[in-house]
Amino acid sequence: MPTRITEIIEAAAAVAKGMSVTFKELMSPTVTENYPDEPPKFEERYRGVHVLQRDENGLEKCVACFLCAAACPSNCIYIEAAENTATARISGGERYAHAYNIDYTRCIFCGYCVEACPTDAITHGHDFEIASFNTSTLIYRKDRLLTPVPPGAKPPVIAAEAAASH
Amino acid sequence: MQTVFDHPLFIPLCVTLAVIAIFPLLAGYIVLVERKVLADFQVRLGPMRVGPHGLLQPLADALKLLLKEDIVPTDADQAIFWFAPVISTFTALTAFSVLPLSDWLFVADVNVGILVIMAMSSVGILGIILGGWASNSHYPLLGALRSAAQLVSYEVALSFALLSGLMVAGTLSMQGIVKAQAERGVWFVFENFGLMIVPFVVYIIAATAETNRAPFDLPEAESELVAGFHTEYSGFRWALYFLAEYANIFVVSGVAVTLFWGGWLRPFPNVAWLQVPLNMVFPALLFIGSGASCFLLLKRLKDPIQQRVLVGAALLLMLVGLPFLIGPVNARIIGLFWFMFKVGCIVYLMIWFRGTFPRFRYDQLMNIGWKYMIPIGMGSIVVNGIVGIAKG
Repeated sequence: MPTRITEIIEAAAAVAKGMSVTFKELMSPTVTENYPDEPPKFEERYRGVHVLQRDENGLEKCVACFLCAAACPSNCIYIEAAENTATARISGGERYAHAYNIDYTRCIFCGYCVEACPTDAITHGHDFEIASFNTSTLIYRKDRLLTPVPPGAKPPVIAAEAAASH
Repeated sequence: MQTVFDHPLFIPLCVTLAVIAIFPLLAGYIVLVERKVLADFQVRLGPMRVGPHGLLQPLADALKLLLKEDIVPTDADQAIFWFAPVISTFTALTAFSVLPLSDWLFVADVNVGILVIMAMSSVGILGIILGGWASNSHYPLLGALRSAAQLVSYEVALSFALLSGLMVAGTLSMQGIVKAQAERGVWFVFENFGLMIVPFVVYIIAATAETNRAPFDLPEAESELVAGFHTEYSGFRWALYFLAEYANIFVVSGVAVTLFWGGWLRPFPNVAWLQVPLNMVFPALLFIGSGASCFLLLKRLKDPIQQRVLVGAALLLMLVGLPFLIGPVNARIIGLFWFMFKVGCIVYLMIWFRGTFPRFRYDQLMNIGWKYMIPIGMGSIVVNGIVGIAKG
C-alpha cells in the first residue's frame, strides 16, 4: 500500500514536470517563420542564386578561368571567354567572361563552383525564389548574375562604347 | 409582447436556439484555439493564412467540410452509418440543456441535472461504437472496440469523482450545486480542507478519457488506426462527429466548472469588496486589453484586408468589454462571463494535456482506469465523507 501511494505521488510529480516542460516551450519564441508574409531569415552560408562579384574598382572579378565550369557536377555553367584590351577593360585579369550563363534547371546548388573559384568571383547569394512557369527564363545570364557597380568606384574602362558593346 | 418575455419557455427556447446556432461556430473557434495553443507548445505558428493570424480559419474549415463529397462505403450498413454521427451530435448538444450558463441563462434546471449529463455522454459513445461498426472496415471497428472498453473503464471513475462532489453539494440539480457553493462561500475544490482537489483530478483525467482526447485518444489514434472510428466518414458526417467531440469537451468542462469551480460564481463569492474589481474591472480589462493588444499586431500585417479584419476583431472585443462597465447589464451577464471563462481555462488545460503527453498504450490505459482512478475515486468518497461529517 505505501508503495502504491508513492507511485501515485511520483506519477503526479512526473505529470507536473511534463506540463512544466511544455509550458517552457509555450513561452519560448517560435522557430517557424511566417514565410510569405515576412522575409525569411538566412544563415550567411546559405546557398542561393549565384552572384558574380566585382572588385572595389567595379571591375569583374571573374577572369574566365573555367574552373567553376569544370567543377560543376551538373554541367550547368557556360562561359565564353574574351581578352581584355587597352580600350575595354572588364575584369582585373587577362581575360574576362564575355558570356557567363548558369542554367538553373540543372544547378543543384552544391557550391563546388564557389569553392573552385580562385578569385572569389562567383558566390552564393540569398535569393531562392526563382520558380518559373517557363524554363527558358531559368537560364540566368550575366545581366542577372552580376552585382551592380559599387557606388564611387571608377572602373578604368577607357572607351564607353566598347564596354557597352559586350 | 410582455407575455412572450414572461413566458416560462421564453428563455429556454432562446438558449436552445442560441446553443444550436452559436455552438458550431464556438466549436470551430475552440479548434482554432487548440491549433494555435498546440502550435505555441510546439514552437511553431499554427494557422496564419486565413484572416489575420488564422482568425477566419474556422469559417474556411466549415466551408470545406460542407462542400466535400459525402462518401458512404459500399458495404457499410447504410442506415446506421447515417444515424451514428447524429446520435453523437444529438446527445452532446442535449447535455447543454442542463448546463447552468448563468443564474438565469439555462434551458432547464432539472433535479437530476448531472444524471442527465452522465446519461447523455454515455449514450453519445454509442454513436462512436455504431459508427465504427457500421463502417464495415477494420480500423473503424478497432476504434469502436477500444472506445467501448474505454467507456466502461472510465465511466466508473468519472461517476466516483462526481459522487464526491455531489456528496458535498447535497443535490443533483446543476443550479442547486452552484447555489450550495454560493451559500457556503467556497468553491468545492477547496472544500474539506482542499481534499476535494483529489476527485477533481480524477474527474479531469476520466473526462479526458471519456471525450477521447489525447493522451487517451485510442479510439482515433492516428498513428495506429488511420483515424479510428471515423476513418470512413467524410464531409459533413465527419463534421458532425467533430462537433460532437468538441461539444463533449465543452460539456465535461462545464460539469467540472459547475461541480468543482463554482459555476457562474466569481472567485471569493462572499467577499463583498471584491465585487467591483472582479466583476467589473477584470472582465472589462480582459476584453478591452486583448482588443487593444490586437493593435500591436496590426503593423506586422501587410495585407490591407487582413488589417481591416483584425481591426474589426479588435473593435468587437472592446465592444464586448463595454457592457461589463454598465451596472445593471453587468449583473445580468457576469455569470455567463465567469462560467465561460472557467470553461475556457479547463479547455485550455485539456489542450495542454494534449500538447504534453504521448498516447497511452492500451494496457496502460486499462491499468490507470482500473488500478488507480477507480480506487482513488472510491477512497476520495470515503475520505471526503468522513471529513465532511467531522466538519459538521
